[in-house]
Amino acid sequence: MKRKVIVLGGGTAGTMVVNKLHKRLDSKNWSITIVDKDNEHIYQPGLLLLPFGVYEADELVKERDHFFPAGIEYIQSEIEKVDPHTNTVYLADGKTLVYDQLVIATGTTPRPDQTEGMEDPAIWHKSVFDFFTLAGSIVLKDALDKFQGGRFVVHISEMPIKCPVAPLEFAFLADAYFNERKMRDKVEIIYVTPLEGAFTKPVCSKQLGFMLKDRNISLEPDFVIEHIDAETKTMVSMDEREIPFDLLVTIPVNMGADFIGRSGLGDDLNYIPVNKETFLSREFANIFALGDASDIPASKAGSVAHFAVDMFAENFVDYVNGRPMTHNFDGHTNCFIESGNGKGLLIDFNYKVEPLTGMFPLPIVGPFPLLKESRFNHMGKLAFRWIYWNLLLKGRWIPLPSLMSMAGKKQVVKKEEVGANASS
Amino acid sequence: MPVVEIAGKKIDVNEEGFLTQYDQWSEEIAKELAKQIDITLTDAHWNIIKFMRDDFKVRGESATSRRVQTVGGVPIKEQFALFPKKPAKKMAYIAGLPKPKGCV
Repeated sequence: MKRKVIVLGGGTAGTMVVNKLHKRLDSKNWSITIVDKDNEHIYQPGLLLLPFGVYEADELVKERDHFFPAGIEYIQSEIEKVDPHTNTVYLADGKTLVYDQLVIATGTTPRPDQTEGMEDPAIWHKSVFDFFTLAGSIVLKDALDKFQGGRFVVHISEMPIKCPVAPLEFAFLADAYFNERKMRDKVEIIYVTPLEGAFTKPVCSKQLGFMLKDRNISLEPDFVIEHIDAETKTMVSMDEREIPFDLLVTIPVNMGADFIGRSGLGDDLNYIPVNKETFLSREFANIFALGDASDIPASKAGSVAHFAVDMFAENFVDYVNGRPMTHNFDGHTNCFIESGNGKGLLIDFNYKVEPLTGMFPLPIVGPFPLLKESRFNHMGKLAFRWIYWNLLLKGRWIPLPSLMSMAGKKQVVKKEEVGANASS
Repeated sequence: MPVVEIAGKKIDVNEEGFLTQYDQWSEEIAKELAKQIDITLTDAHWNIIKFMRDDFKVRGESATSRRVQTVGGVPIKEQFALFPKKPAKKMAYIAGLPKPKGCV
């Protein structure tokens, strides 16, 4: 009898998984099924740029099944729950699917309902916006175009979030955008974060710490939101600080899919606990979680999903044939960061190595400088959309190493400094 | 990486004074670390610190304020009362764990 692998979620990770497994698993012995609630694949990096007029909505959406290989089964349905003890997936219409191996790649989703007052109809999508949904990004473009000045607040509700640099990029792009409209002097930009600052890693903080100040963006750190008062348009923190706004661009609490919670498979934010090198569930020997759906301590980002799936595909074939998994993921992450005015930064790091300066991917010639503003990095970000649709999703070869390389990176020589100051 | 002496022991810390070796932590060290940031540890503090230590051992990551609330059972407001202004950072600091951080 054929063995069955079911992939839940047809986003960046799930789509790459079915393409890579289809090539590696013999169809005489294996069947592959993928389940997603709709047939719209969104190019998520574009959602950051759409409000600034870089893309139109139709450039960011394609049909999911266009990227699935022929010969796999695609089921369009919501998922009710998974019973990991009987290896059964329950679909919303009552149908059931039984698996030998399950891959969960249902991502993470902004959840404005998790913060009191955020979704109040008086303000939601009127003066409070998210941008990591297509609907949010589209209405935000309109709000930006109509904005005449006042307090413009960019806010992170809680970590972890999808693409952790995106809110910072949004603040930089907003600064450039209001400058271009010759109204920057009428706008006060405030960056609000639950972390201790916009930059929390030593080398980034040293190299990029000036970027907010240079752009006259003020910073409100350690702000843990308690609720939003819709009437006065004010954010209130757990320690009763208040931040009034005219236009709020917020990253709501991000959570994994609800069915993961219902199935008892997730942590407090519905992320699935896995081994961070192999993505195998820490509880069930035939469940993997990939992409944003897992609890690995890496950025929830497409590049992580890409490098992770490269390693997973090799491991999976070994695993189901009873061999040890040897392709351990190192947490490799590679992100272009828009800094406004046609420039960008690039960061490349992993679980152990923080983002460093240098050149990428080749020493000296790059062409992409790390942790430094450059037009090349902006062009790299724009070029990536073509790579994403045409190569990446289909699992084709891309000249980027799955594991991080130290080539071209400048190592930090540590100073012997003694200090103990958590209150700074 | 710097080495400092806390409660009579040589301890590895990072540039900000956070312990870098899980096993070098002790309750004596926690008391010293707390003193440095003007916190006197009560049972309510210890309850959170012990939760953070145990949770890290399983997950390899410092618990967030949310996790201390939902799994550890201490509301975020109370965390602010016990560890003023920056609970997530201060709880990790005293528990000898890495501080909460973003990707840059």
